[in-house]
Amino acid sequence: MGSLKPAGPSSAEGGFLATRADWLVNWGRKNSLWPMPLGLSCCGIELMAMIGPRFDIARFGAEAARFSPRQCDLLIVAGTLTWKMAEACRTIYDQMPDPKWVIAMGVCSSSGGMYDSYSVVQGVDMLMPVDVYVPGCPPRPDAVIDALLKLQKKIEREQPVKLLLSGDNLDEGAGTHHSFYAPNKGIPTTRSHEVLSPDDPRKD
Amino acid sequence: MTDLDRIRPAIAGLAVETLASRDGIAVLETTPAQLHELVARLRDACGFELCTFVTAVDRFPADPRFEVLWQLQSIAHGDRVRVRARVGGERPSVPTIVDLYPGAAFSERECFDMFGVVFEGHAGLKRLLMPEGYEHFPLRKDFPHQGIEPDRLYREWDRRRHEKAAP
Repeated sequence: MGSLKPAGPSSAEGGFLATRADWLVNWGRKNSLWPMPLGLSCCGIELMAMIGPRFDIARFGAEAARFSPRQCDLLIVAGTLTWKMAEACRTIYDQMPDPKWVIAMGVCSSSGGMYDSYSVVQGVDMLMPVDVYVPGCPPRPDAVIDALLKLQKKIEREQPVKLLLSGDNLDEGAGTHHSFYAPNKGIPTTRSHEVLSPDDPRKD
Repeated sequence: MTDLDRIRPAIAGLAVETLASRDGIAVLETTPAQLHELVARLRDACGFELCTFVTAVDRFPADPRFEVLWQLQSIAHGDRVRVRARVGGERPSVPTIVDLYPGAAFSERECFDMFGVVFEGHAGLKRLLMPEGYEHFPLRKDFPHQGIEPDRLYREWDRRRHEKAAP
């Protein structure tokens, strides 16, 4: 017989109390996401529609959009992120207190989209870790609500209390003192951005 | 059409030749050294009260490489004129005309950002559309494919953060 390693949230190490406490904390966190709306282009219009009464993300507890990153825990990057704006976007992310999550809304913020250009960031995951990517140009508000629900499911699986008890909860904390390097904390970016010299044969 | 009879006496001593361009606007070829004087005379003696744009053309691999263009407009006379100067070298530079046309400041900044043409005497000549720390000039013909170098930008931004954090 192989070893029966405990699996699943109810039997992992930390015990019953920590698991219940995790559930409670996650329940609170996922139902009170405060979005930081970073509307950079046309996706911003859909984002406004999502917050407005017709689609109404208040139904999922995420209607309290704040325009100060200090009060937010969900950064929605909605639209084309240019390199000129990238530093400000990363500063906003760094100013948000932990725990924090990021939704890349639309293809531009997910991968650069149709802007395969020197001026556009080819995916905001070059600057910060992204939790949910939403395709669409721009995505409909229901697609972003779907992303919100997926994020809630993701938050359900987190183990904040257990991390705290185990002492591994070494968050860097909010602040703008972090290096811009290694923004993904171990998540490799999928695209290389080497610059070809003028006499490189691959340059057409 | 440009009224050349009005312009010719004012610009006579500046050794410029008048060329006809395809759209009927006269092009005055000049040198960077004489440019400021020429533009000043066009403004004061010929009534060109508006600077429409300042831009450049990269004629790579020709030498000198860049044509810097200034287009001036006269609302009173209803015509336009174009001034052209060729510059080259590692650091192509022309004099600024911001003292004559304050509105040209942004045009010159954009031209610097895209072509790397330095406008001598411009008070705030820094990147306009591209981020600080970016080292290429996107509209040059030898601009590298994609031209994105995140590492270089991250390094520059890190440096700025450290500077801000320092007491």
